[in-house]
Amino acid sequence: MSMNNQGRPTRAVGAATSGAASTFTGNKALQIEEGLIFEIGHFAETGVDLPEPEGVESRLGDLARSSEIGLPGLSEPETMRHYVRLSQKNYAIDMGPFPLGSCTMKHNPRLNEKVARLPGFADLHPLAPQDSVQGALEVIDTLAHWLKELTGMPAVAMSPKAGAHGELCGMMAIKAAIDARGEAGVRTRVLAPESAHGTNPATAVQCGFSVDGIPADDTGRVDLAALKEKLGPDVAGIMVTNPNTCGLFERDIKAIADAVHEAGGYFYCDGANFNAIAGKVKPGDLGIDAMHINLHKTFSTPHGGGGPGSGPTVLSDALAPFAPAPFVVKDDARYHLVESRAAAKEEGEAASSIGRLTAFHGQFGMFTRALSYMMSHGVDGVAQAAEDAVLNANYVQARLKTEMTAAFDGYCMHEALFDDRFLKETGVETVDFAKAMIDEGYHPMTMYFPLVVHGAMLIEPTESESLRELDQFCDALIHLAKKAKAEGPDAFKAAPIHAPRRRLDETAAARKPVLRWTPERPPQAAE
Amino acid sequence: MTKYTNDHEFVREDGDVYVVGISKHAAEQLGDVVFVELPEIGKSFSKGDDMAVVESVKAASDVYAPISGEIVAANAAIVDEPAKVNEDPEGSAWFVKIKASDPAELDALMDEAAYTAFTVES
Repeated sequence: MSMNNQGRPTRAVGAATSGAASTFTGNKALQIEEGLIFEIGHFAETGVDLPEPEGVESRLGDLARSSEIGLPGLSEPETMRHYVRLSQKNYAIDMGPFPLGSCTMKHNPRLNEKVARLPGFADLHPLAPQDSVQGALEVIDTLAHWLKELTGMPAVAMSPKAGAHGELCGMMAIKAAIDARGEAGVRTRVLAPESAHGTNPATAVQCGFSVDGIPADDTGRVDLAALKEKLGPDVAGIMVTNPNTCGLFERDIKAIADAVHEAGGYFYCDGANFNAIAGKVKPGDLGIDAMHINLHKTFSTPHGGGGPGSGPTVLSDALAPFAPAPFVVKDDARYHLVESRAAAKEEGEAASSIGRLTAFHGQFGMFTRALSYMMSHGVDGVAQAAEDAVLNANYVQARLKTEMTAAFDGYCMHEALFDDRFLKETGVETVDFAKAMIDEGYHPMTMYFPLVVHGAMLIEPTESESLRELDQFCDALIHLAKKAKAEGPDAFKAAPIHAPRRRLDETAAARKPVLRWTPERPPQAAE
Repeated sequence: MTKYTNDHEFVREDGDVYVVGISKHAAEQLGDVVFVELPEIGKSFSKGDDMAVVESVKAASDVYAPISGEIVAANAAIVDEPAKVNEDPEGSAWFVKIKASDPAELDALMDEAAYTAFTVES
C-alpha cells in the first residue's frame, strides 16, 4: 500500500478498491492512485516563490496572520498531475454515451468552444464600459431574439443562471403579477404533477406558495379531470414539464392551460425537456406564461456535476412587465443595459420589474456557446436535432423492450422510461443493474426518478449517438437483462468490479457525511 | 389494532392517543432511510396533510397525517438515527403520537389483511 509523507494510505483499503491483483504502488497501469490534495501537498510549502517585498512596511498591525493558512502547497507539475489523474477516474460525454435521463448530456460541439474562447468574449469584464462591449451586448440581444422566436414568447429574462434559477424567476414574476392584481395572500396554492422535477415544488415553496400534487393518469400524463377538480380561486398557477419526466408529450397541454387561465392562475412550464420539441412546437402557442430554457441542455453547453448552467426564462405578455433586470435594449445602432428596477420603469419595458436575480448579466460564457450552436444548426438544424433525439430514444426503447419493461405503452419523446418489472424475482434491483453498466463502460441512466414509476430507469440517448453506438449500448443492456434473469443477483450485487472504486456506501455517505478533510494531528495552537 | 392508509402510514391506538408511522412495506420499498423530519409537538393537522418527511437513498417522500388531530409526541430517536426506521418501522421507530380530533376517521382505513392485499396488488 502506498503512503503519503504523513504516513496516510493514499487509497481506500479492502473491499473499496478494484478487484484485480494488487500492485506495489496501488496503481494499475494507466490508472494512477491519487491522494487528496491535502495529503500530497504541505501547507508549509508553496509552488510559487516570490521574494519578500523590500522596503514595504506592513500596515496590517495586529491583523497580520500569525499562523499558517493551512492550504496545501504544490508545484505546477504536481498540481497538473493531481487533477489529470482525478479527471481520468471520471466519465465524460467525450468518452462515451452518457444516457442520464432528464440531463440531456449531448455532445458539445468544438465550434462553440472555439467561439467562446475568442479573446473579445473570453476576456471581458462585466463592468467594462458598455461602449467597449457592444459585440457582447449584441450576442445577448441576438440570443434573446432567437429564444423568443423559437418559443413564440414576447419577452425573455436572460440572467437566470440555471434551470431552477429560471423557475425562481418565473415563479417570482407570477407572484408579482398576483400581488399586482391585489390577490396577495389569496392565491397561495401551486399545482404540480407527481412526476415533476423536485425543483418545481421547491421553487414554489421558496416563493411562499404551498404545493398540491396532481396525479398521473394510466398513460403517465397529467390527469386533466383530477387537475380541474383541484383548481379554485386560491390557485396561483401550475408547474408542468413538457415533454414530462416520463418522456411523454402532455397531449392535453392546451386544455390544461385553458383550465388554469379560466381559474385565474398562471401556467409555468418547466422547459428542461425543450430539446425534444425545439423548432417543432412553440410553447407560446400552447398558452404558457413562463418557461425556462436550459441552454446547457437544449443548446449544448458543457455541464455536469452541478454546473455551469444557464436558464433564460421566456415570459408571456401577462408576465413581461415583471421581468428581472438587467436586460439589453437596442436604440438605433447602440446597445445598452437596463440595470435596475428604476431604470426599467423609465425605459417602459418591464415597468414593474422584480429587480435583479444576479450580480451581473447572466452566464455569458454559455450565451456565446448556445448562440454558436443555434447559428451553426440553423432553424432547420435545431428541429432536426429534436427529431433525431426523439428517434434515438424510440430506437433504444424499441430494442430494449424485448428484455426490459417499458413503463408506458407507445412511443416516447426524447427519453425512454423503464421500470423494474423485468427484474422481479431476479433479486437484482435497479441500483445493481446500474452499477453493472459501469463495468461495461457506460455511465448509468437516471435511477429511481421519476418517482411515479417503480425502480425507474430513465434513458436519454440524445441525438449525438450514432446507430453503431446505440446498438452497442442496447446490446450491453440486453446482455445484462438476460444475465440477471439467468444467473440472479450475485454478480450484480458485487458490481462494479472494474471501476477505480467498487460499490460506495451511499447510505453511510448520507447518514454520516464527511464534509471536510481534517488532519490526523490537528496543528497545535500557539500557547 | 393497527390500521393502514393507501399512502402506507400505520395508526395504532395507544391509550388515549394514536401512534403513527410508516408501514414495514413502506420501509422496505424506500430502502435505507437516511433522514427523517418530524412536526413540532402541539401542531395540528387535518387528515391527508403533509406531516413529516422521510428520505432514503432512493427517494424523498412526504408522510401524511392518517387522522386529524394534534401532535402530542415526536420520536426524536429516529431523527438521530434514521436507520431505526428500517429496523423496526411499526414498533420502536414510530414517527409521532396524535391526539385524534375525530377517532371515527379510523373506520375508513384498512386493517392488516386488507392492507396486505393492497400492497400485493399495487
